[in-house]
Amino acid sequence: MRKKTSKRLRKSDAGMQIIAHSVLAFLTFAAVIPFILLVIASFTDEDLAVRYGFSFFPEKLSLSAYQYLAGEWGQIGHAYMMTILVTIIGTALCLVVTTLLAYGLTRDIIGKRFLNFYVVFTMLFNGGLVSSYYVWTRIFYIKNTIWALILPGMLISAFHVILIKNYFINSIPESLLESAKIDGAGEMRIFLNIIVPLSKPIIATVGLMSAINYWNNWTNGLYYVDDNSLYTIQLILNQINQSASFLASNSTQMSNMMSGTASIPTTTMRMAIAVVAILPIIIAYPFFQRYFVKGITLGAVKG
Amino acid sequence: MGKEPAAGNPGKKSVGRKLIRSIPVYLMILPGIVYLFCNNYMPMFGIIIAFKKVNWQKGLWNSEWIGFDNFKFLFQSQDTFIIIRNTVLYNVVFIVLGTVCAVTVAILLNEVRKKLHKSIYQSLILLPYLMSWVVVSYLVFAFLSAENGFVNTFLQKNGFNSIRWYQEAKYWPVILVIVNLWKSVGFSMIIYYSTIVGISQEYYEAAKLDGAGKWKQITNITLPLLKSTVITLFIMSVGSIMASDFGLFFQVPKNQGALYAATQTIDTYVYNALMKLGNTSMASAASVLQAVVGFALVIAANTIVRKYERDSALF
Repeated sequence: MRKKTSKRLRKSDAGMQIIAHSVLAFLTFAAVIPFILLVIASFTDEDLAVRYGFSFFPEKLSLSAYQYLAGEWGQIGHAYMMTILVTIIGTALCLVVTTLLAYGLTRDIIGKRFLNFYVVFTMLFNGGLVSSYYVWTRIFYIKNTIWALILPGMLISAFHVILIKNYFINSIPESLLESAKIDGAGEMRIFLNIIVPLSKPIIATVGLMSAINYWNNWTNGLYYVDDNSLYTIQLILNQINQSASFLASNSTQMSNMMSGTASIPTTTMRMAIAVVAILPIIIAYPFFQRYFVKGITLGAVKG
Repeated sequence: MGKEPAAGNPGKKSVGRKLIRSIPVYLMILPGIVYLFCNNYMPMFGIIIAFKKVNWQKGLWNSEWIGFDNFKFLFQSQDTFIIIRNTVLYNVVFIVLGTVCAVTVAILLNEVRKKLHKSIYQSLILLPYLMSWVVVSYLVFAFLSAENGFVNTFLQKNGFNSIRWYQEAKYWPVILVIVNLWKSVGFSMIIYYSTIVGISQEYYEAAKLDGAGKWKQITNITLPLLKSTVITLFIMSVGSIMASDFGLFFQVPKNQGALYAATQTIDTYVYNALMKLGNTSMASAASVLQAVVGFALVIAANTIVRKYERDSALF
């Protein structure tokens, strides 16, 4: 009797294994395949792509899209540097402002309840795009400055503040802070010498989330930037998209920069630029994957 | 901002002393508080734009008050019904399908034995979530471009007529649902998976002793224990049913006018009205409508969650 049961159990186990692996393998395939098509498209011979379209097994591969890209590296390279610059400044500012605010909210100060509410309320209500746009452009005159790519809507989120605050409360013993206080350490000393070193994991996680946000952001540029010299790589991609949508003649900056050249591999080059934009994330992903997953789960366990 | 100047009542010495002791902390939180004031609170006051006939020459303050006229225009417009319908319906489909898929994938992932396999599946399924919507629009374009897209190449090879995907609205509800699932399932799967991992193994051991197979274990242990996470996330997403992902609806259909009937949501409408048409009154009315209804829904959702499961409530 017992043997029978365990046999049945093992069978149901094996069945589940097959189902799980086949479904997950299929989903993994579905998740990755568009990237593979993108990469192959970028290496496809331009003539072939124009005449027959993209395929997973093109008859002729070519480096011409990348060669052209390298020739036009001025524009793309500049956008790349902009992306890196914005990501670094944005993430650094985000971490400083967020951790300081989170720390302050854990301290026993007058108005603590009000301040906590002040932060949380920003998650519940917002004025919407029109009034944000008004505030940033007509009061702070942020249009076409690098701050347009860093400040609006991105610098800190109440959600991250609460995440870090909870980490401080749960993982750093109050007694540690008390004894530092008795030794005469001020708030800033406590923050820098005790809190920050002990909170590296959460700071790294939030920093990672923020860096990815900045790297991927294109909305701020769309709203607040029309100066080419401030374009990040995502904005270049967006610009190519916009011109394809609105102007059949392709007459925006991408073609200006290419003017005078007879055979521009536009079809495959678009794909090549997209590949170049995602390459750093794909390369770094295996290394930060663990922290990224952790960041997501932390967020789920309530702010 | 957080400084309460009246708090230094001389009668209460300790309060005064506490206030002085609080000053360094106030200074530390000042940048964050100021930022939230500029980025979040000032725009909240900015919703008065919706009640004015904005004349940028005169400036906002001197523009004429017109009460609810902007909203009247908004509701007289044919588009309004469509954008609200689209926003809500897409969200309903995303919530239902998204939850079902994510829970299923999370349960299946939990069944995988080898850690290495697990982490390969998990990280690759999560990969799309890392991409910006602009990049996603390129990925979709590689498949759907009328001239070069893989799908049309494939159709033609097999003797079908190619389809002008970016011209025909009827396909887009399906495309957008698939793209959204593709991008987000990895993220929500992780949330459910982390709940499943937290379930004590003892339950499963006991069930096995009672002769319960895998299916029974899932339906009688995993699913009931997932219920509260599912319900909480469900209610929270219902709270944001008036919000739509701007990137999904703007970038992926490439903001093509021919597709608006199927792709225009409140967020893309506000953007187009404000930036492309310069129609501030319509844009601000739609934007305020979204913010106010959204706020009411979030509060309602939170109240329900709070009653049902206090720990998961937002506040």
